[in-house]
Amino acid sequence: MSSAASLPQPAGLRAWLLSPEPTSRWQARLGRAYLGWRTFTKNPLAVFGLGIVLLLLLVALFANFLAPYSPVTGGDLRTARLLPPSAAHWFGTDDQARDIYSRVIYGSRITLWVVLLVSVIATPIGLLIGTVSGYLGGWVDTVLMRLTDIFLAFPRLVLALAFVAALGPGIENAIIAIAITSWPPYARIARAETLMIRNSDFIAAVKLQGASTPRIIFGHVVPLCVSSLIVRVTLDMAGIILTAAGLGFLGLGAQPPMPEWGAMVATGRNYLIDQWWVAAMPGLAIFVVSLGFNLLGDGLRDVLDPKAAK
Amino acid sequence: MTGATLTQSGGHHALRFFLLRTLQFIAVLATTLLGLVAVTFFIGRIVPIDPVIAIVGDRAPPHVYARVRQELGLDLPMIQQFWIYLKKAISGDFGNSVLTTNPVMTDIINVFPATLELATLGTIIGCLVGIPLGVLAAVKRGSLVDQFVRVLGLVGYSVPIFWLGLMALLLFYAKLGWVEGPGRLDVTYSYMYTPVTGIVLIDTLMQGQMDAFWNAVSHIILPTCLLGYFSLAYISRMTRSFMLNELAQEYVIAARVKGLSEIKVIWRHALRNAAVPLVTVIALSYAHLLEGSVLTETIFAWPGLGQYITNSLQNADMNAVLGGTLVIGTAFVILNLLSDLLYRLLDPRTR
Amino acid sequence: MTTKPLLEVEDLRVRFHLRTGTVEAVRGVSFTLGRERLGIVGESGSGKSQTGRAILGLTPPPGEVIAKKLTFDGIDLLTASKRTLRTLRGGRISMVMQDPKYSLNPVMTIGEQIIEAYQAHTRSGRAEARDKALAMLEAVKMRDPARVFSLYPHEVSGGMGQRAMIAMMLVTDPDLLIADEPTSALDVTVSMEILRILDELVAERGMGLIFISHDLKLVSSFCDRVLVMYAGRVVEELEAKNLREAKHPYTQGLMRCLPTLANDVRPLPTLSRDPAWAQ
Repeated sequence: MSSAASLPQPAGLRAWLLSPEPTSRWQARLGRAYLGWRTFTKNPLAVFGLGIVLLLLLVALFANFLAPYSPVTGGDLRTARLLPPSAAHWFGTDDQARDIYSRVIYGSRITLWVVLLVSVIATPIGLLIGTVSGYLGGWVDTVLMRLTDIFLAFPRLVLALAFVAALGPGIENAIIAIAITSWPPYARIARAETLMIRNSDFIAAVKLQGASTPRIIFGHVVPLCVSSLIVRVTLDMAGIILTAAGLGFLGLGAQPPMPEWGAMVATGRNYLIDQWWVAAMPGLAIFVVSLGFNLLGDGLRDVLDPKAAK
Repeated sequence: MTGATLTQSGGHHALRFFLLRTLQFIAVLATTLLGLVAVTFFIGRIVPIDPVIAIVGDRAPPHVYARVRQELGLDLPMIQQFWIYLKKAISGDFGNSVLTTNPVMTDIINVFPATLELATLGTIIGCLVGIPLGVLAAVKRGSLVDQFVRVLGLVGYSVPIFWLGLMALLLFYAKLGWVEGPGRLDVTYSYMYTPVTGIVLIDTLMQGQMDAFWNAVSHIILPTCLLGYFSLAYISRMTRSFMLNELAQEYVIAARVKGLSEIKVIWRHALRNAAVPLVTVIALSYAHLLEGSVLTETIFAWPGLGQYITNSLQNADMNAVLGGTLVIGTAFVILNLLSDLLYRLLDPRTR
Repeated sequence: MTTKPLLEVEDLRVRFHLRTGTVEAVRGVSFTLGRERLGIVGESGSGKSQTGRAILGLTPPPGEVIAKKLTFDGIDLLTASKRTLRTLRGGRISMVMQDPKYSLNPVMTIGEQIIEAYQAHTRSGRAEARDKALAMLEAVKMRDPARVFSLYPHEVSGGMGQRAMIAMMLVTDPDLLIADEPTSALDVTVSMEILRILDELVAERGMGLIFISHDLKLVSSFCDRVLVMYAGRVVEELEAKNLREAKHPYTQGLMRCLPTLANDVRPLPTLSRDPAWAQ
């Protein structure tokens, strides 16, 4: 190993990053990341998607500063109910005289929370099942893959519905239900990658050095599966948002008075014809955010998994 | 998936191979269905509500409680309970619905045609519009059509179906008045025909009730187009990518060398090859429409399986929910099976 | 037979306008061809295949074909309508491609594909086309034409597939056949057989042939004349029998790389390239 990365030469950071002979592991990694970033930024839609996702992060983070009103307590029920969009209430007010704009802003926290938790729960499950199944093979593989197929055989939303129905409505249960229905594709991907890695020479070399099976799986196979899994999870995030919103719309996700977008659309349904904004605004938020995740996922796929891009 | 194809077609060998594949197929199907039943059974057990108390009330004396518990078979070991559940599920017995008091299976048989009608029409729209669009997008890569398909796909993947449905209702029903609103048929027409197939469009047409038929068309057009849109967004995008792959193949050049017209090269040679993976995509999209019907039917007050499930959900009617879930799961499995068979029919290499 | 040449090519250029700039794959190739056998030899990327495709008007999309002259039997291929080009393609000019595994449509039977080629250029009924296809399969020495007729491409071996390809491309009795590496994907013994069939058919029907290959020896034994291409240019044109008298260092280099039984040179020399040749 060479010493820590020396500082970039006056020739510039870019030259250092693109150096064909990196002097350290970090330089090589940063160089690759930079190349990836350049590919990514060539795709304006992907950058737009990244922008939406970053905006979502910022809005969620600074919700208390951005929201002009409280998301849960409304104004005067006699005068401030179902007001159309105006300068005071950009998105209008709902049946409880609450400012829809503020609720949409706070709702971003719930959306982000759902996406993060589902990915954090489902990805490791899929990764573990897929790599173990692919690496060990034999009956372990058969059993685990049959299990995966069974879960894949269920339509996602319907299975999630059944789980939430059993566990009881609520945001936590919705998250658990979505996570339970999300892992099977990840397991499939991880297994496919593992099958390719398993027979490569460097795994044989590690084996010859006497590494144990868990060490090979967690030290060598898992890290190599991560990048294609990240792409898939990002591409799935829009789906997660839509499923969560669907559950919310059916009254099975976040419970009132939480400003969950899907549930807000459901409320707006009752006032659809005369007060369209109650349903339209939160639905638009769902659309924009999942569009952002879709665009970002497409861009990431082009960078991390060029083979799949078509 | 078989990686290698058999070049040798010795009759005996082929037959054995075929039998083996069939057996394997049945085994996979059986375990998947068993798994489906097991999952619904498991979901039924984690319900925090005590089913005994749900029946006898929480002030029932202990001996009544114990008797009902025994009647429900809840005192038996778990595995035995599952066995009973499985036997019942195979014979189509999912218990009675609390909400309608009918056997769940009867309810499902009543509502399923409505869902089938919606999902089938949606898929037909998806294929008729989506496939030509996808082909055009691939042939004229980078053109306006291509951009259009891209946007169509992106929006389709990103927009919440329930919200788009509501907005469509708002625009085409409430504001423009072009179509009828929620429901399957206006009340005045609903007694003008006798349900035979359960599919209103077919029933009214067969019985010559043209007014009722056109009313039904006006009702179904919006939810169908909605589902059709989601189907065509997916199908056109996949068609495009399969076609791009096929158009780059050597046999396409060979077809041009032969002096075939570009139309024949594209539709007869390339699309016929792209059709092979497309079958799976169409089956998948059909399955997703069955799923999408849960939300769509809620919005359009469409009396199908989706609405049945959501109604049951809101009333904690677990038998009905699990029965409906199992039926949709089974439909998924059957669709997979069909697409697999079609795949083999279309691709001589897999025969 | 007329003395008028079948194909006249003068200063043919094929350019690809890519995002990174314009690449010229063929850079001013000229030759004339009668009812004779012309070999085009060159390494991969030398532009030999693109020359063949440009004649057929099948240069892939971002590509552009420019020439001072490109005529087939007096017809200007550059200004001809798409319709005329289509009747020429397959009808009077045909091409045998490299690998039958990829160049035959996998979901159509071999018979269907031959019939399609025939019916594209003749007004004929199904029965007539079928007879013609079977006769053609016999002409390429298929042992059981009727059986092969109803087989799918994956069900036959590479050699049989290539014979089917030849049958498909010759069923319309074209005047000119372009054979683009027709044996490179095949085993040596099989490829000898394919060459024999090709040789016979070309002689029998008095066609013109452009034989594209990277194999100098093969080309010189099969053709009357040889063009040697390098980096999109013809660096040398000579009679096949005078190959030993090649003047250009690239051709000489190619010759030297061939192992011979008589003078065993070890190690076998490798080709050295001079950037000046590409100028």
